[in-house]
Amino acid sequence: MPLKEAEDQIRLLDERLSKTEDREERQAILDEKNRILKDAYENLTSYDRVYLARKPTRPGVRDYIKNIFSEFYELHGDRLMRDDPAVIGGIASLDGIAVTVIGHCKGKNLEENIKCNFGMPNPEGYRKALRLMKQAEKFNRPIITFIDTPGAYPGIESEEHGQGEAIARNLLEMGSLQVPIISIVIGEGGSGGALAMSVADRIWMLENAVYSILSPEGFASILWKDASRAREAAELMKLTSFDLYQMGIADRLFAEPKGGLNQNSRSIYQRLKTALKAELEQLAKLNKRTLIEQRYKKYRRIGDCSPK
Amino acid sequence: MISLFKERRQKLTLFKSSRQKNIQHRISVPEGLYTRCPGCKQDFISEQVAANYYVCPGCGYHMRLTAQGRIKLIADKGSMRELNAGLITRENLDFPGYSEKLASLEAQTGLKEAVVTGVCSIDGISTVIGVMDSRFLMGSMGSVVGEKITRAVEYATKRRLPIVIFTASGGARMQEGIISLMQMAKTSNALARHSQAGLLYISVMTHPTTGGVTASFASLGDIILAEPGALIGFAGPRVIEQTIRQKLPEGFQRAEFLLEHGFLDMIVERQNLKSTLGSLLRLHSPSAILNRKKGGG
Repeated sequence: MPLKEAEDQIRLLDERLSKTEDREERQAILDEKNRILKDAYENLTSYDRVYLARKPTRPGVRDYIKNIFSEFYELHGDRLMRDDPAVIGGIASLDGIAVTVIGHCKGKNLEENIKCNFGMPNPEGYRKALRLMKQAEKFNRPIITFIDTPGAYPGIESEEHGQGEAIARNLLEMGSLQVPIISIVIGEGGSGGALAMSVADRIWMLENAVYSILSPEGFASILWKDASRAREAAELMKLTSFDLYQMGIADRLFAEPKGGLNQNSRSIYQRLKTALKAELEQLAKLNKRTLIEQRYKKYRRIGDCSPK
Repeated sequence: MISLFKERRQKLTLFKSSRQKNIQHRISVPEGLYTRCPGCKQDFISEQVAANYYVCPGCGYHMRLTAQGRIKLIADKGSMRELNAGLITRENLDFPGYSEKLASLEAQTGLKEAVVTGVCSIDGISTVIGVMDSRFLMGSMGSVVGEKITRAVEYATKRRLPIVIFTASGGARMQEGIISLMQMAKTSNALARHSQAGLLYISVMTHPTTGGVTASFASLGDIILAEPGALIGFAGPRVIEQTIRQKLPEGFQRAEFLLEHGFLDMIVERQNLKSTLGSLLRLHSPSAILNRKKGGG
C-alpha cells in the first residue's frame, strides 16, 4: 500500500482510538496500526520516497542552518535586479570555521510557500547564489549548499530574465571555484534547478531525499502524455538516494528514522555537523589545483560511453 | 597520342556527370516534389527550397536543417573530419524500449546520435564544431551527446582551437535520467577550461533550443548567435502555460525576444551565417590580435 494511503488509514484508526474506552477494541486498533506502519515502512517504493521528500513537515533549509551553524547572517540580493526569497544564503560559523551557506527555501505552509515560490528560484536566485559563492571564494570560505527544490521556476519573467543563462553560468563557475563545495540534498533535488547549486566536491543525500532529471509527474507527462502515471515513472527514473549512490553520483547517504524526518528529528543535525567538519578537514588538505581537478573528474566520468 | 588520352578522359567525365545527374534526379522524386513551408504554409519546389538552404523562398522562414546539411553549409568543402563518431549509449536506466528506439532512429536518420562533432575549416580557419540534429530524439542530450560535446571542447582546448556549436535540442534526455542531467555540468565544466585558456566559443542557437541544453553549453558562448525565429528558452511554452494558466504573448521565447532581453548578440540569417562566422573567427585569430609589450608593469 502506498505510504500516503497508509498514513490516511492511520489517521482514521487514531480517530477510532480516541472514541473508544473498550480495552480489547483499543488493543485491536493498535495492532492494526502497527501492522500497517510496519508494512508501509518496510516496503517503501520510489514514489513513497518522493512523497517523504516533499512532506511539509520535513525539516527545511532554515532548520539545518539553525541547528548546525552559529552566527548565521543572511545576505540578500543579486546586485542586478532583486532578492529572490526562493534561495537563502549567508555567512555562518561551523564550530568556529567561517563558511558560506546557501540553500533552496521551501515554506512550511501556504503563506510561506507563496512568499518563497515553493522553493522554485527565478534567475535572480541563482545569481544571488553565484554572488555569494564568489564572495566565499574571495575570503577562502568553504561553501555548503542545501538542495530542496521542485525545480527552476517556469514563468514568463523567469524566461525574460534568462533562466537558462543563469543556470548555465552557475554550472560553469562552480566547476572552477577554488574553495571546497559540499552539497547536501535534503528533500527534492529537482532538475537543473537543483544542479545549478550542487556542482560540488561532495554530494551527500539524506536517505529519503530524491534527485532527478525532472519531477516524476513531468517525466510521465513528457514520455506518456499522462502526469497521473507519476508513480510508475518514479520506479523507472532511479531517483532515490540509494540509486544515486549506486550510480556513483551521491558520495554519502545519511539514514533517516522510520517514516522519514520530521520536526522532532534531532540527531540528523549532529550527524551532519560532525560529517561536515571531518570532510572539510579532508578537503582542506588538497591544494586548489587538485581540488578543482578532482571536481572536474567527478563529473567528467559520468556517462561514460566509449565503445565496448 | 596525348590528345587521344585527353579526349577519352573528357568523355569519361561527361559520362560520369550525366550518371550522377540521373541519380540525383531519381532521389529527389520520392522526397516529394514540393515542400510546404511551416511558416507561410505555401508549397515550393523542393529543389528550390534545398538550394536556398531550407530557408523559405517566400517568407524567409528558417526550416530545420539536418546535421549534414548544416555541415555542408558551414564547413569549407571537404574539410570536415568527424571526431568520436563511434561513441554509443550504454544502458543507464534500462528504460523500456530505449535501445530499440535508438536503433530505429539510426536506421531512419543515418545518425548514431543527436550530435555530430568534428574539426573543419570555416573560411580557411581551423575550427572544432558540434552540430545537433533535432531529428534524433528531439536532439536531446544523453550520455553520448554530453560526452561528444565534452570531448570536442577538450580537443579544442588541447589544440588551442576555437569551437562553434550549433544547438537544436529539446533538452536533457529523459530516458537516461540523472545521467543526462549531469551532462549539463560536464559540458559546462569543459567549456570553463576552454574559456580560461583564452579561446573562442561561438554558440549558434537554432530552432528549437530548450531545457538542459539552453541551461548549459548553449548559453555559455563568448558570442551567441541565433537564426531568425528560433524558439529558445529554458522551460517549454506548454509547461509555462500550464504553470501560470495563461496564454503566452506572441513572439515569446523567439530569437528576436531573446535579443531584446539581452541574451543574444546577433540574429543571423542562414545565408549570412558562414561569412559571419568566418569574420568572427578571423577577428579572434592570433594574427588579428594587437601585439603588446610582454611582461608586467
